[in-house]
Amino acid sequence: MSNAFTAYLIFLGPLVVVLGFVIAAMLQRRGAGVVEPGFFERNGVVVATFLILAVGFWALVMIVLPQLYMVDYSFHPKLPPAQRGGPKDIYTLANYRYFLFGSPTDTSQWNTTHLNAFWITIFASMIITIVNFAICYPLAYYMAQVARPKFVTRLMLLLVAPYWINEILRAFAFRVMFGTGGIINQALVGIGLLREPIDFLGADVALYAGLTYAYVLIMMFPLYNAIESLDRNQVEAARDLGAPWWHIHLFVVLPHAKPGVASGATLVFMLCAGALAAPLILGGPKTLWFTPIVYDRFFQAFNWPQGAAYALLLLAACMAFVLLVMRLFRVSLSEIAR
Amino acid sequence: MSAALIARAMLGFYLVLFFGFLFGPLLVMGVTAFNTPEYPQVWPFEHFTLQWFQKLVQDDNLMQGLQNSFIIGAFVVALAVPLGLAGAIVMTQVYAPARGLYYLVVVSPVLTPGVIIGISTVIFWKDVTAFTGAQSLFTGMFLATLGQSTFIASYCMLIFLSRLQRYDRTQEEAALDLGASRGQVFLHILLPFLRPAVFSAAVIAFLSSFENYNTTTFAILANKTLTTVLAGRVRQGMTPAISAMAVLIIAVTVAGAIAYEVAKARESGKAAV
Repeated sequence: MSNAFTAYLIFLGPLVVVLGFVIAAMLQRRGAGVVEPGFFERNGVVVATFLILAVGFWALVMIVLPQLYMVDYSFHPKLPPAQRGGPKDIYTLANYRYFLFGSPTDTSQWNTTHLNAFWITIFASMIITIVNFAICYPLAYYMAQVARPKFVTRLMLLLVAPYWINEILRAFAFRVMFGTGGIINQALVGIGLLREPIDFLGADVALYAGLTYAYVLIMMFPLYNAIESLDRNQVEAARDLGAPWWHIHLFVVLPHAKPGVASGATLVFMLCAGALAAPLILGGPKTLWFTPIVYDRFFQAFNWPQGAAYALLLLAACMAFVLLVMRLFRVSLSEIAR
Repeated sequence: MSAALIARAMLGFYLVLFFGFLFGPLLVMGVTAFNTPEYPQVWPFEHFTLQWFQKLVQDDNLMQGLQNSFIIGAFVVALAVPLGLAGAIVMTQVYAPARGLYYLVVVSPVLTPGVIIGISTVIFWKDVTAFTGAQSLFTGMFLATLGQSTFIASYCMLIFLSRLQRYDRTQEEAALDLGASRGQVFLHILLPFLRPAVFSAAVIAFLSSFENYNTTTFAILANKTLTTVLAGRVRQGMTPAISAMAVLIIAVTVAGAIAYEVAKARESGKAAV
């Protein structure tokens, strides 16, 4: 019974919200006296129907309902299909308890493997985001403010080309380079810096380098766009007034480029924390990264509700990061997602 | 004078480092595709060979995955571009107090990790198809198309929105005054204005679909695409055949990306005239 009830709640909730907005819009229009033509009048019946059906399907059926359904799903136990909706199908925190304590019931010790993986994923993603910013900023500034337009076009073409190369192939390239017989070890041993090759894959060096590499351009483009819109005269004025170079960057360029920084940072963080290919390919046997654990909940433990719970934890972390960035940089969502 | 020279040298050094970082790994991988050893190896370069490329064509799994990737890509373009278009048009007309919420909903897939979109799509449609008795719809191809379109439609919408910002609605009014119907305005004024954006959105949608792994690996179920086959191969073991595959994919994507950039530049050049 309760299951059917929540199902209705999940499906009807969003519809009620949408209907509420429609009614509010109609009331407001009636209150204001007709200024604008209505939705159907403005677009014509055929187009308006297409718009409503398309947006309704996309926003509700593809985006909102699956997410809500996943939330609901994560609070259920793992059951064979025949027992779903039966007396055993109750609401439970077992899946989350498992994340914290490594057992659905016993709470005496922490689930250190999963908890560590979670924190390391978040922490490493933040570090990689910062490193990416540091790598990109000089080039973005150079292209946006200093270089001649023709040279910028050429650099842009160079940047766009690797942007579209598959994540798996990038990870593979790093595995080729960083393997014990790879070119980096060969070079280091060759010039006498090392006596024995280092296991970069086992030490996660390859993973962090690969992740930095994979998302460096995601940071580059928003940063470039933001700095590009800064009037060059402002930089010049600051320089004429005697500002040292780091003052110019810190107090003129960066405040202007804030939305670009926020946009790049959230996207890089999200992609890093949610990266699956790189940790699967570049991770050593002891690598801790959260997404492969989520993956294993589905494909090795075959415990979908638990996987859903883990996925939600990851989503919550990403949402928290987006909110943090929005608060820290005082930017709106529309400035981040462009 | 010498200070400026040092600054220039440092800049050059940085540019070389940056682009070395960007292209170095791809180059290294590219070289291994033409070297004979069984394990991908750059140095020593033993003999030039094309045998790894031959191995690829004989690989049925890869070819099947490639075919599926193309099919899914085509469906994603057909689904995500109209959805993104509708999403963008509604954004310009939506009841103002609801705009923030609407924006949050349709942009959230961009900020959601791909694995989560894949997982939620599978969980949701498994029960929906079971409940409605349409189990035949619960296939990897269908779910991968839906899952990918969820966020690719957001990309498309953002492309359309930036184009719509420059849309002049007086054109619409002029056409209406001259007796055009609403449908005609949409077909003959709005769509032609958005044509470059439709082109961009279609290219981006196809490329995003083709190279997607995170969402697809969950949504594809028992089926396979090129990226999932590749990922499986890479995890099984390292062979230069993957490097060969990479060389081909890089060649195709780079050619595609450059053709797209050139076409876009030409289009904007035309618009400027």
